[in-house]
Amino acid sequence: MSTPVLSVRDLVVEIPTRHGILRPVDHVSYDIHAGEILGVVGESGAGKSMTGNAVIGLLDPPARITVGQILLSGEPVHALKGEKLRRLRGKRMAMIFQDPLTSLNPLLTVGEQLEETILEHMNVSQAEARRRAVAQLEEVGIPAAEARIGSYPHEFSGGMRQRVVIALALCAEPELVIADEPTTALDVSVQAQIIALLKRLCRERGVAVMLVTHDMGVIAEAADRVAVMYAGRLAELGPVREVLTRAHHPYTAGLMASTPLASQGRKRLVQIPGAMPRLGNLPQGCAFHPRCDRAQDVCRRDPGPTLDAYRGRAACWFPLNTEEKAAT
Amino acid sequence: MLAYIIRRIGQSILVLFVVGLVAFSMFRFVGDPVDNMLGQERTQADVERLREQLGLDQPFVVQYYKFLEQAVQGNFGLSYRQGRPVAEILLERAPATLELAFVSGLLALAGGIGLGIYTAIRRRGISANAIMTLSLVGVSLPTFLIGILLIYLFSVELGWLPSFGRGEVVDLGWWTTGFLTVSGLKALILPAITLGLYQMTLIMRLVRTEMLEVLRMDYIRFARARGIREKSVNFRHALKNTLVPVITITGLQLGSIIAFAIITETVFQWPGVGLLFINAIQFVDIPVMAAYLMLISVMFVGINLIVDMLYFAIDPRLRVDRTAGGH
Amino acid sequence: MPLSDRQSDATTIADSARVAGPSRARRMWDSDFGYAFRRAPVAMISFAVVILLVLAALLAPWIAPHDPFNPATLNLMNGFTPPMQANAFTGDFFLLGTDDQGRDVFSTILYGMRISLFVGFAAVFLGLVIGVTLGLLAGYVGGWAETIIMRVADVQLTFPAILVAMLIFGIAKGVTPPEYRDQMAIWVLILAIGLSDWVQFARVVRGATLVEKNREYVQAARLIGRTPFAIMLRHILPNVLNPVLVIATISLALAIIAEATLSFLGVGAPPTKPSLGTLIRIGQEFMFSGEWWILFFPALTLLALALSINLLGDWLRDALNPKLR
Repeated sequence: MSTPVLSVRDLVVEIPTRHGILRPVDHVSYDIHAGEILGVVGESGAGKSMTGNAVIGLLDPPARITVGQILLSGEPVHALKGEKLRRLRGKRMAMIFQDPLTSLNPLLTVGEQLEETILEHMNVSQAEARRRAVAQLEEVGIPAAEARIGSYPHEFSGGMRQRVVIALALCAEPELVIADEPTTALDVSVQAQIIALLKRLCRERGVAVMLVTHDMGVIAEAADRVAVMYAGRLAELGPVREVLTRAHHPYTAGLMASTPLASQGRKRLVQIPGAMPRLGNLPQGCAFHPRCDRAQDVCRRDPGPTLDAYRGRAACWFPLNTEEKAAT
Repeated sequence: MLAYIIRRIGQSILVLFVVGLVAFSMFRFVGDPVDNMLGQERTQADVERLREQLGLDQPFVVQYYKFLEQAVQGNFGLSYRQGRPVAEILLERAPATLELAFVSGLLALAGGIGLGIYTAIRRRGISANAIMTLSLVGVSLPTFLIGILLIYLFSVELGWLPSFGRGEVVDLGWWTTGFLTVSGLKALILPAITLGLYQMTLIMRLVRTEMLEVLRMDYIRFARARGIREKSVNFRHALKNTLVPVITITGLQLGSIIAFAIITETVFQWPGVGLLFINAIQFVDIPVMAAYLMLISVMFVGINLIVDMLYFAIDPRLRVDRTAGGH
Repeated sequence: MPLSDRQSDATTIADSARVAGPSRARRMWDSDFGYAFRRAPVAMISFAVVILLVLAALLAPWIAPHDPFNPATLNLMNGFTPPMQANAFTGDFFLLGTDDQGRDVFSTILYGMRISLFVGFAAVFLGLVIGVTLGLLAGYVGGWAETIIMRVADVQLTFPAILVAMLIFGIAKGVTPPEYRDQMAIWVLILAIGLSDWVQFARVVRGATLVEKNREYVQAARLIGRTPFAIMLRHILPNVLNPVLVIATISLALAIIAEATLSFLGVGAPPTKPSLGTLIRIGQEFMFSGEWWILFFPALTLLALALSINLLGDWLRDALNPKLR
């Protein structure tokens, strides 16, 4: 197996607060390979965005990585700081934010922002940077890119803006792109286009994509593998088809039952009882046990097996849908 | 955009009309001008004649119109105290105030913006926090105390700089300047610092607040996530977005330098229009008060107008015609 | 496995949540607000200084060692006594020295602070009442009232408050007969400073009112037939108290400085009823001849007063603004 573009190993992010230490990311491990899209899904507050921020080194203090490793094509990057980290960002890993309206500097033209990024990371002339900027805009599907490169962000529509954001993230040809809820702020009609664009760029360029979202539909549409997070921990990790159709973790199963998906036909939607606990107030044992109908004594005592990138699929004492698997 | 500018100019003129009305009402109703102009020995005939001469027997609106007509030509009548035309006195005093305001304004702008950016970028640094604490002392220190403190230090104790007046000035015919002599420049230092310091602290705190606000924005995070170097993030991305609100307040602050000059001029006995105004209040010299009010309003309104124009230069979003927004 | 860690986290959280005292003051102290207060030594010290100075001013007639405004008790021989020394002729002792007329500087400061604080509080109260009333009116009633009020506010805001105050003072002086001017000066000051700072209150209250007006509970109150007056008072006003409190604190510092400035310039409190500003004006004359204490102590008091109120206001603004935490 080739070296994964991104390896997250046993990552812990902690925030010291007045009420004690919160742990928004709690011993999380996963890999993403070149040309692969890993969907990271979970409710808000489950730690999915925090994982992305930790990878690209944009955690807001006082949040910090306390345990674990982040490897970019085998190189450890979690301890990098300052100038070394900056050179990596944009050049080897990039990030796409949720709201294209606020992600773009309103006072600089799209061209200025693109050229600036290209000149920062590639040893090219101003003219070459401009040529590349236009080519990049064309590649993400901005019509008449040559003419629009001098436009300001407010002169684009929401979907076009997100295309510009994607162009900005990809213009220095990074190996890894973290897309943090890239479609949440967009109209439904535009969402599918943006997902299709991300998917195409991932395949054509062999970029590894970490797609953070709370939308199961987006996961089903785009991801190759999926990581389900719950209260800072990885609940389930596996190929998207298998996880979506035969979830092992009761939380994943509940999530699927409560999500309308076209592929599943007209089933009645079922809610998971209760709500995800707040980080300052986690129950002992498995964080999901108060909402789980399969919970037993051991679930209340012990959080269960931690998933790592190679072994296991669900962090659960009593996983679902494992009968056939066990037989093989 | 043109419509916007025209509307702003219209509003400015309206403000000037209102201020003119206040100034005129002062003339008309505060004290009796006839009383003020004629001495104790007067006849009823004198009073009647002067009333007619001043047009006080005409309707209010007509009087107001005449007042405006005169004011536009720079004619505000005679000072009650000095008996000379107010316009003449003001013109004589204006260079002193304008030179002082100019130097203080420059000081306040350069120092305020520079320190504001520094304290925002080094938010958690020791020196930045020290500057912030000091600035609060600066805001709490009334201007006149700063002046007294500087006089005590540099004039009384050290004897380096003069404590009052403008020093030697060079008369250019239409303008007197202190910029050309050593004593003139030395005399300028303490008043300029006194006047500029308070505005500088305000501008600094404002720039810092705005800059911190902008540094929290998504596009700053995105710029960082793209590996844009810190210098460019701070000065190209953040500073430019900070400028719009900063310009608003800074414009107003520069206007108030002219007003705060009143205090500095009193402390340093600086022979400008501010000192003239404060003396006018003490002696209820209404024509001088009214003329000063009109003069300063014209300046303020002018500054506000320039500030509005600057927005368009900085923010492309304002340049779009609203009807052709096309989103 | 971080199991043990997590357990200990959970217990500390539970512990800190359980400390709930019985009294109201105790609960305030334990609240987030109280926590922020305890964590800010600057705020605590400023608060203590403000309380101390206000008490000293209130109790001036009882704690002042001399009555500086009673000519009968003054002895010109005591003039220019330096601080902490006995007078060379009379042997009288003065803590902070005396001025040219033999008045005890410490006592004049106490009485001066009384006037400074009285003018400050009264002016802010006046500005607050006018500003909040007009702000509510503009926000709730809208229409013509709003246009006129906010236009006036805009025009006034074009000019620095101190200039507006000077102008009002000048006009008021013009319409008062000369023999009443000294007597009226304090009230004219309050009027001038109060009228110069209502705008801040009005703008904030109007903004908040516009937001609250369309909330469901206000709509509901309207539907059950509450009068607009009752709605403004009972439903909207409580929602704007935080920003009003912050503005009032900062305005208080500004009003005290404005009063001192006007008095210093000779267009405020008269020498017969001196405020801190008047005392500084008097003291300035003796700076060059070496009697520094006549200037220094009033100036220091004014600075302590303005600075501690400002620090308190600054902290209050941050503490009451959840966005900045």
